[in-house]
Amino acid sequence: MISEKTITDFIYREADLLDTMQWQAWLDLFHPEGRYWMPLEWQQQDPVLQPSLMYEDLMLMKVRIERLAGERTFSQKPKSRCHHLLQAPQILACDPAAGIFKAKTSYIYTETRGDTLERFSGWASHDLVQVGDDLKIRLKRIDLVNFDAPFGNIQLFM
Amino acid sequence: MAKYGKNARAIGGLVRDAEVHRDVYIDPEVFELEMEHLFPNSWIYVGHASQLSKAGDFITANIGRQPVVASRHTDGSIHLFYNRCPHKGVKIASEPCGNTGKFFRCPYHAWSFKTDGSLLAIPLKKGYEGTGFADTQASGGLSRIRNVVVYRDFIFARLSENGVGFEDYFGESLSTIDNMADRSPLGKLAVEAAPIRYMHTCNWKMLVENQTDTCHPMVAHESSAGTAIKVWQREQGDSTEKPMAVQLYGPFMSPYEFYEQSGIRIWPNGHGHTGVANSIHSNYSDVEGYLDQMVAAYGETRAHEILGEVRHNTVYFPNIMVKGAVQILRNFIPIAVDRTLVESWVYRLVGAPDKLYERALMYNRFINAPTSIVGHDDLEMYERAQEGLKTNGNQWVNLRRLYESSEEPDVTAVINGTSERQMRNQFHAWAKFMTMDMDQGVGAAE
Repeated sequence: MISEKTITDFIYREADLLDTMQWQAWLDLFHPEGRYWMPLEWQQQDPVLQPSLMYEDLMLMKVRIERLAGERTFSQKPKSRCHHLLQAPQILACDPAAGIFKAKTSYIYTETRGDTLERFSGWASHDLVQVGDDLKIRLKRIDLVNFDAPFGNIQLFM
Repeated sequence: MAKYGKNARAIGGLVRDAEVHRDVYIDPEVFELEMEHLFPNSWIYVGHASQLSKAGDFITANIGRQPVVASRHTDGSIHLFYNRCPHKGVKIASEPCGNTGKFFRCPYHAWSFKTDGSLLAIPLKKGYEGTGFADTQASGGLSRIRNVVVYRDFIFARLSENGVGFEDYFGESLSTIDNMADRSPLGKLAVEAAPIRYMHTCNWKMLVENQTDTCHPMVAHESSAGTAIKVWQREQGDSTEKPMAVQLYGPFMSPYEFYEQSGIRIWPNGHGHTGVANSIHSNYSDVEGYLDQMVAAYGETRAHEILGEVRHNTVYFPNIMVKGAVQILRNFIPIAVDRTLVESWVYRLVGAPDKLYERALMYNRFINAPTSIVGHDDLEMYERAQEGLKTNGNQWVNLRRLYESSEEPDVTAVINGTSERQMRNQFHAWAKFMTMDMDQGVGAAE
């Protein structure tokens, strides 16, 4: 039975997989129809007819992940690393009968490469579904507090 | 130590026929001179009239580093001012866009200005009687920029009072803006959202040059576009229809021969475009209902003519690039010699199917965002160049690909698509607009 703790543990584990660069294990957390979305507007509703920083399906995420290891991926020489500092997730829905599991997690994200370090703050929203005994990500939504500011490269996943 | 001062000869010496000196990218003094001469002498993109649809609407922008504000006046006309109160210099508009109502009101001392910039009221006005205030610049209200042209809703301005007129400056290059607007069945474009903003730690000209650099995609973007093709080929299964994403990424890996035959067209004053015969945007799938709309609006012949013109990147010198086929404008805004803010705008084709807007937005986030893998490839090259150019072993950047000693400046020509001639064209214009208001031939001011 999926409990609030199952959701919280899932979110901590997801961040840990990113921080330890276990990309394939991270991708395996997604539902086949899963999406990773970084909106570009405050409380944005539409990922298709409003601009976003990212709105990616599994295939596009695979492209990113394979690119990170590419022999000729020059923007990963040297490689980037990342760190997620998460607040305890706020459970918005945990309804096993209806199959609805939602959480919102406040975070500080750090991405470094060589001598540079960039830090971002925002909220990660997870829409999860149950597949067998496991949870899978239907939608991971990243709302940056300063989504409208100009950033340099963001090469990994928040 | 001022190496270049106002010395036209010294500036001119930075640009050879097919080489440029590294100081054009890395010397802070050259950057200051660009802000003082090149940007004021050139026609610079400010914004789009659809952002000023109602009276009182305003947008803020920078021309070089000069903050400006454009507004829609009550009579429907568009006006452009320097963004400062004539009293103490406070910016009268602080947001990218908004509506100011019937007047601008300075938040510091409540001086107010009509939306054509003229002074409306000052509190305690009696205090200025007999002070000679009427003879000061402040009494004229907001300082106006007079050389403003709105072409097909694109707002351009030239800060210098004197210089090359709009029509002479852009000439036939305006055909790309025409083509982008004509792709709407109503002939109209609209800005519906904020741009994607991406900070680059490099000189602004590296970005402009890269727009017509057709020998880099298959090399620098092997990591992104190449991987996209590889993953798709592996995962497509029985799918025969290429997803929109693969259609957008894939053509970046086209071979040299593709770019060679597709051609480059150059125009006077540093403008030019890639993709003359065809381009990386040529083979996107049709959007249902669109062609019928276009034929209904323009007739069979004209509709095919408009949609058959699929240019790749058009550089409008000095610092914007327009992609008519996907309705994107990239604005390369200089911040410092090694810092450039790139704002990439998408225009909606008014009256056209949503799918075209969806595709343009997708292209913009795939290619022009700080989260874009294609963008990561490019920025890495610019950053390495910004560092590498500091080395003293060779102080020149080589732009000699397909150079011919008979090349004339300021001409219209169609050439091999892998030529670096458009870059040479830009630097010829660069030297011209940098020095046109400098004293000729004075000794270096060291």
